[in-house]
Amino acid sequence: MKRKLSFLSIPYVIWMALFVVAPIIMVVIYAFSTADGGFTLANFARMGTYTVVFTRSFKLALIATLICLVIGYPVSYLMSREGPRFQRIAMVLIMLPMWMNFLLRTYSWMALLENNGLLNQLFQNIGLIDLYNRIFGTNLTFFRMINTQGAVVLGMVYNYLPFMILPIYSVIVKLDHNLLEAARDLGANSFQVFRRVILPLSLPGVLSGITMVFVPSVSTFAISKMLGGGTELLLGDLIEQQFLGGAYNPQLGAAISLVMMVIVVICMWIMNRFGEGEEQAVMM
Amino acid sequence: MKRNNSLMNRLLMLLVFLFLYAPIFLLIIFSFNAGNSNMIWKGFSLDWYAKLFHNRLIMESVYTTLLVSLLATVIATIAGTFASIGFYAMRRRIRTPLMTVNNIPMMNADIVTGVSMCLLFVAFFNGWENFSVWFNSLGLFQLPTRLTMGFGTLLIAHITFNIPYVILAIGPKLRQMDKHLVDAAMDLGCTWMQAFRKVILPEIKPGIVSGALTAFTMSIDDFVISYFTAGSGSSTLAMTIYGMTKKRVTPEINAISTLLFVTVLLLLAVINIREARQERAALRRK
Repeated sequence: MKRKLSFLSIPYVIWMALFVVAPIIMVVIYAFSTADGGFTLANFARMGTYTVVFTRSFKLALIATLICLVIGYPVSYLMSREGPRFQRIAMVLIMLPMWMNFLLRTYSWMALLENNGLLNQLFQNIGLIDLYNRIFGTNLTFFRMINTQGAVVLGMVYNYLPFMILPIYSVIVKLDHNLLEAARDLGANSFQVFRRVILPLSLPGVLSGITMVFVPSVSTFAISKMLGGGTELLLGDLIEQQFLGGAYNPQLGAAISLVMMVIVVICMWIMNRFGEGEEQAVMM
Repeated sequence: MKRNNSLMNRLLMLLVFLFLYAPIFLLIIFSFNAGNSNMIWKGFSLDWYAKLFHNRLIMESVYTTLLVSLLATVIATIAGTFASIGFYAMRRRIRTPLMTVNNIPMMNADIVTGVSMCLLFVAFFNGWENFSVWFNSLGLFQLPTRLTMGFGTLLIAHITFNIPYVILAIGPKLRQMDKHLVDAAMDLGCTWMQAFRKVILPEIKPGIVSGALTAFTMSIDDFVISYFTAGSGSSTLAMTIYGMTKKRVTPEINAISTLLFVTVLLLLAVINIREARQERAALRRK
């Protein structure tokens, strides 16, 4: 009987065909075609000249993902052990920054990291810069923070940390407490309980967190432009330039996008192998 | 020992929250700055708020952002609700591939989603131009020949990336529902519309609300997809800010950030207090 209701999804299936599947087909067509429409593989060959950008993007995104994991896991774990009231407020506090557009928040970091910005003013006032100069015999008047790779990583960590915390938290908070108790009854100490029970069971959350931080980090273009000063070109910048920037070449841009999609598919495949990771991925 | 431990835990969380909120507080503080810098404090003033309301560029983009987010959320929530009921009713063999396609906009990098839609729109507009020139030559009535990206394409893009989040939020609620309820309702003579309104809707309401909330969050937070699909015709707040960072960011941005933040804070507070109250009432009834 209930099968009858499946017709309700027909409009959305058509919508998906038009606006999800068709655009991807467009990318594939563009990636394999020349400017006047013939078939070619040259777009992929040309990517070889951008190896530096690829490695830089991967390096920065991996570092950012790792930092997010190192901060995000303990925070989610500790949060899950607090009372329900605390958890509710903490969740709201983690979601709240997302409601301010991420460009606003990144823009704020620009003022913080500037050479004569607030952080440098703070370091000056507490004597950190003098101390540094005394120890290393340098003659700095400020720490160079903006327009460095470090600033770009900071921007990624700042913007995508909630995407690491939320999935891990939502997995840990649902763990069966009887399991933990059983482990303790059977003689495991708290470290063993964590390593042998909590950690393996929270792996789906960790994996979806990693994906949800890594994918936007590797493909970002606004963060690198605002905090990296446009000198630290990333994959996202490269794609943007091919479509809206000076180096207009949508075929090359589509080819890079296709590579990016393959990366995402690999991430999804790994996640699916570990069970229902993606289910919990965005559940808040 | 135990107490000590939990104090350390709280401290760690406090640090993380400080990290998340420091830049936001900075924007708020400097929105009251008399000077036009985000680094040097020159005394308290409300100048930027007054100027904000006369800055047409910013006000228009705020309006566009709110309008597109609200419209996209409403449409995506309705469409997503029906779609997830449809998916739920399907055979697994058909549902699994459809769900994979449904997950694509959520998992894919924003820039790829944006670029791919941009390519589609451009291709469609080119095709449309050829078609309409041919159609106009027939002389029945005149079609516009040149279509450009603007609010319409922006809205389509936002709806497309919002629906998956709605479906993701409603799916589990449907699966928790007693399978036989719908069958029973329809056996007892409900039409599908009645079964939907009287049986399914009350069960999945929490999922719909959280799905709508997530969709709205995603719309407000989006920059990349809007950037590629809005064309030059319309501009969201994020796009306006991005355009400014290339030249000079005016401090009105701080003022609008503060207003947005306070609005969201109040909204979330109201929602959460209401939820907590409802839960307490539900507990008491038991």
